[in-house]
Order: sequence, then structure tokens, then C-alpha cells
Amino acid sequence: MNAATRFKLPPVVMPEQDPVERVHNVREVPLGFTPEMALQEAQRCLHCTNQPCVEGCPVGVRIPEFIQAIESCDYLAGIGIIKQTNLLPAVCGRVCPQEDQCQKNCTVGKAHRDVGQAVQIGQLERFLADWERENHAAVIPQIPSASGKRVAVIGSGPAGLTVAGDLIKLGHAVTVFEALHMPGGVLGYGIPEFRLPKEIVYQEVAYLTTLGVDFQYNMVIGKSITVDEVRKDYNVIFIGSGAGLPNFLHIPGENLLGVYSANEYLTRTNLMHAYDENSDTPILRGKSVAVLGGGNVAMDSARTALRLGALRVMVIYRRSEEEMPARKEEYHHAIQEGVEFHFLQNPVEILGNGEGWVTGLTVQKMHLGEPDASGRRRPLPIAGQTSNVPADVVVVAIGNDPNPLIPAALPGLQVNKHGGIITDEDTMETSVPGVFAGGDIVLGAATVILAMGQGRKAAHAIHAWLTRTTETS
Amino acid sequence: MNMIRKREELGRNVVRYVVDAPLVATHRKPGQFVIIRVTDHGERIPLTIADANPEMGTISLIVQSVGKTTREMAMLRPGNAIHDIVGPLGRPTHIQRFGTVLCMGGGIGIAPLYPIAKGMKEARNHVITVLGARTYDLLILEDDMRNVSDELIVTTDDGSYGTKGLVTDAIRSLVNGGTHIDQAVVIGPPLMMKFTSLLTKELGIPTMASLNPIMIDGTGMCGGCRVTVGGEIKFACVDGPEFDAHEVDWDSMIRRLGTYRTAEQVAADRYDHECRVGLDAGELR
Repeated sequence: MNAATRFKLPPVVMPEQDPVERVHNVREVPLGFTPEMALQEAQRCLHCTNQPCVEGCPVGVRIPEFIQAIESCDYLAGIGIIKQTNLLPAVCGRVCPQEDQCQKNCTVGKAHRDVGQAVQIGQLERFLADWERENHAAVIPQIPSASGKRVAVIGSGPAGLTVAGDLIKLGHAVTVFEALHMPGGVLGYGIPEFRLPKEIVYQEVAYLTTLGVDFQYNMVIGKSITVDEVRKDYNVIFIGSGAGLPNFLHIPGENLLGVYSANEYLTRTNLMHAYDENSDTPILRGKSVAVLGGGNVAMDSARTALRLGALRVMVIYRRSEEEMPARKEEYHHAIQEGVEFHFLQNPVEILGNGEGWVTGLTVQKMHLGEPDASGRRRPLPIAGQTSNVPADVVVVAIGNDPNPLIPAALPGLQVNKHGGIITDEDTMETSVPGVFAGGDIVLGAATVILAMGQGRKAAHAIHAWLTRTTETS
Repeated sequence: MNMIRKREELGRNVVRYVVDAPLVATHRKPGQFVIIRVTDHGERIPLTIADANPEMGTISLIVQSVGKTTREMAMLRPGNAIHDIVGPLGRPTHIQRFGTVLCMGGGIGIAPLYPIAKGMKEARNHVITVLGARTYDLLILEDDMRNVSDELIVTTDDGSYGTKGLVTDAIRSLVNGGTHIDQAVVIGPPLMMKFTSLLTKELGIPTMASLNPIMIDGTGMCGGCRVTVGGEIKFACVDGPEFDAHEVDWDSMIRRLGTYRTAEQVAADRYDHECRVGLDAGELR
């Protein structure tokens, strides 16, 4: 097929659960490509010699090559190519912001001046990963003989899983310490089932267990065992403890009954299955839910509220639609499902009744001024323009800071003013020799793929570090 | 899985468990707590560590059956296991030689008070303990507390044991009698903590209170346990569980404890019903 023919092929439309139906269940929304759809979409790739898409990928997945494998219907080869650089394709295919990364750079999209016309790289990645999982086709790699070196990974989120996977394959012994009773970090407690089925996360962990990674749950490092004890037993430590410290607005009424941080709202629902009426973990099922914030976590919270039976869900955001950091796809899905968006509204007070239950909030109308430090136009209040919005549940989704537990337990570990661990950009080594860090504990709340990218960098550097210490010892 | 070694009924609906948790046993300090899940589908609940035996690798947990999860836990016997235990969590109690320390305990709160009183005694403080219970049947750990206290006063609301009255009455008469107190610690039902704090504030006695709000992860991740202390949001799981009792916004804390009262009642009733059905079936066999 020549380039001109390829270029004319329209994007394959991803089948999705009907919005009316799906708000009553927690099953995944996009249903995935059939082999025919995957083939058709793969044929849209122009196989550019300069590979701009690969440039756009934080872990440098060899995108045109795996797409070629789909065209040749050699799925095993395709997934093999992805897995050389990306340990968690089933996860990334679903939750990566491809429209800002690989697909943003895609020649097809650029030629159409519409990123929506780009080759759907994420969906093709998901297709191969799902094929591998559903067909039990995961290949167990040859692992070199044991190096005798031991690596402790703190946290089983995307950064930690990447480090564990990379280093076990190089022959090192790896133990992952997880504070919760289930693995995955934010993939488990944060991202909803309808966007990332937990079974996928648990299967990825099971695969790592097969390779020999030892997962220890209910282990809070610095509490259950000290960092010094870990250092005694392991040659190297990787900290991937995430951005688990929710921010609040510090406005009146935030402690009223029915006000949640997004972390709590999502953890109750995802990790503890509160969406199931028979779950032992309760959650307040509001009829009118206000979600404060405009990121992906706000979208996840709003869509979760619908699935918990809310009749009205409002996202209240202080800037405009244009500045909203949520992925377009999530925004679009939320609108399809009936979420209301109240732009240029800044919550100034949460209102309650005499018994302390939330009844609504007061919002201040804003307009956009000059760009601020983030490069986005700064929202400014319009004097005298406030109004009240009724709500019986309020979810605060305005971001997270790095969790301070590990930094507090390791004297000498340097952190920045937001509490993020300071690392060498290339090696991810911290100010404490032999201690590396990556993911949201370094970046602040970022993305799964950036966390994995840092995990990959750290794994390279840790391997070099371990090899070096072997030679000198 | 954490095997239960010993089970002992301490009072009405109150059970003490000695359970395997070797890392917690060797690392815990007075004032810290664990989060447990009784079963693999259970909720996560915080429980204070009442005592520990590092040599045996066991900890003691004292549980009062109030909701579904604690009732389910009360059914467990030696040989059964608690599915998950994570900890020790929270900051340890600040223990030093203050002089005279007043330990005030109420209801199930006497359980976490015990290791603190013991620690205070070991730090060579003069320990005066005041325990309060609604009625004698509900009083726990009297002998254990007596062993670590220089003076022990018990009050019951109904006068069935000790002095009739409230803990606050006993403190007032202590102070009126000329006893000087350098530091106080209070753990008990929220209302008892609120009113004892108001009193010690009036009397100018520095007071620490250990809070037990609703929690999920216990690592500062969810913010569900937030309390207002001195006008600021604090997370009891990582910033506490102990705070300056005179700075705690008690009314807000007490209200937040009631967030799931309706759901808890429904779950407990349903559990009781299922249990009875289950027992009947067992008896028929």
C-alpha cells in the first residue's frame, strides 16, 4: 500500500459502551479494537523514516515497528517490540496522554492539522497487550545467572514496577515493599476500574512474580522496618512512593461531612470496591456532587460519582475549558456521560447545615488575565459576582504533593520546596549514595508514563552502580 | 496472614487478642497504631496497639464490637488469622520525665492508654490514673493500669464501682485537694476527651489527646482522617494520632466520626441477621 492510499484511510472508530448504559456499571468504556480494526488502523501508519512519534514517547517505544508487526498479523513480534522499552503496555495504551506525546508528533495528524486524525498508537498498543494477556502469550525471558545483588523497591506503582521488571531481568534479586494490601499504587487506588480494569494491573504484577520479584504488602518503610534496616539488607534502594498527599483548598467548610479529597473518594471506590453495595467500605452516594478541579483526577472523580448513582455531577474549575489540564478523551467521555462543566468558577466556601453536612458551595465568578508562571492565563475574581451551587457531596481534586513519609525517615535525603526528592537527572540517584528515586515522589503528580520513564533511567543507573560496586569490591 | 495466639474477653463486647505481627512487635512504640483487614474483602480499620512482645513477635489488640467489622473480628479464635495488619503507624507518644503525669482513660480508650502509662512510669514519672466507665461491666484493664500507676481512681456514671460520677469530677477533686499535675494524657470516647480537655485547659494542665478518626490507608494518602488542630488541617495518621488536646476542634472531629453512622448500622444489622441464620443452620446439623 502506498503512502497516498494510507493517508486517505480514515481513523477507525473505537467501539465504546453506550454512555446511558455505562454510567450504571464500572466496566471499561472503550471496548478495544478487533483484529480487523487493528489492521485497518495499522495501515494508516506512513512509516516515516524520521519517526517523530518515537521522539514523542518518554520511553522511546519503537512505534512504527510494532505497527508494522500488526500489519503482518505477527502479534507476538509486535508485543515483543513494545516490551523491550515498555513494561506495562496494557496500562499505557489506556492511560497515557498520547495526544500530547507520540500522537501529537504523528505525520498523519500533522498533515491533517488535527491531532484527532493521528494514527491511534495508544489503541494499537492496547490491542497487542490485550491480545498477549487474553492468549496467555507472555514470554518468560531468559534471566542471566543471579548477580548476588539485592534491590529494594519502595512502592509498587508504575515507577517501582518498571524498576523491578528491568532489574530482575538483569539477574538482580528484587523485593518490592508496598504499604497497601494490594499492588499498583495509583494504578490500583486512583485510576478507576472503568478506565483501567484492576485485573490488568494484577496480571502484570503476577507476571513479575513469575520472573522472581518478591512483593511484600502491608510494609510501610520507615515504620514497619527502618530505612537503615533496608539498607543493611539490600545493596540499593529505589524510592517510588508516589504523590500521595492530597492538597486541600483551605477554604471554610472543608471538614464538613460529605467533603472528600479525590484520593479518598477514589480509594474507597477503587481499592475498597465501595461501588459494590455489599462492600464493607462505605461511601456517601451523593445525589448532587461537585468536583473541584480540572485535571484527570477530577474527571475520574466526576465519572465515578455518576457510577455511584449521582443525578447531577458538576466539575467546578477556576479557569476556562482551554486551560483545563484533563485529557481531551476524559473530558469528552465525561460530557457524553452528562457531567456539567462550570468554568471560571472558583470555590470560596463550602456550605453546611446545622448537623455539619455539606449542602453546597459558594463560587466566585472569574475572568482570565495575563499568563501566570504556568504559562496559562491567570484567573482573576470579578468583584461582586458570587453564587451558590447545591451539592451533598464535594470532592476536592486540586492535586497532590509527594508523600513525605519516606523523606522523613531518611535523614540527609534532599527534597525541594514541594517535598519532591531531588535526583540526578540522568541517573535518578538521590543525595544519599545508593538510594535512587523516580516517579511522582520526584515529579509531583505527573503521569504513568513519565514515572515509568524515570524508573527505566533509574534501573539502568542501578545496574551500572551494582556492576561497578562488584568490580571494586 | 497474622495468626491469633490468644483470645480473652475483658468485658462486655470487649476482646483482647494476642496476634502474630513480628515487625510491628519489634518496631512499635507507645501511642502507635495498626490498620487491619479482618478478611480479604474487609474494610481497613485502625486499632491502637495495646501491648507488644518483641521476643514472641506478637502484639495485643483490644477490640470492642460496635460495627460489622469488629463483630466479625470478635468471632475469631486462636488458630484463625487476621488477613492484614500494617504498622506501626503514626507518631509515638512524647514520653519524658514530666514530674506528675495524669492519665485519663475512658471505655475502650483505656487499651491504648496502657502502653503510654507504662512508658510514663518507666520514665520515672509519678503516674496518677483516672479511669471512667458507664458501668462496672464496661471497665477494662483495671489491674494492668494499677500495675503501672502510683495512684488509680475509678469512676462510674452509675456508681456501680469506684466513685459515682465522671472523670472530670475526679480530676477537679484531685486538683482541689492540692495535687499538682505537670502533664495530662487523655484517651477515650470523643465527648469524654472534649470535656476533660476543656477542664484541663481551665486548670492550665498541658494535655495530649490521642485521636481515632476514620482512616483508610494510614500513610497520609487519603486525608480522610483530617482534623483541625490550632486552626490548621492535620492528618491524624501521619501528624498524629496525638495532638495538643487544647487545640483540637472537638466538635468537628466528633461530627466527622458520624459520617457513616447510617451505613454502619445497616451493615451491622445485616451481619447480625446473617450470623443468626448461619448459627441456626449449624445447630440443625
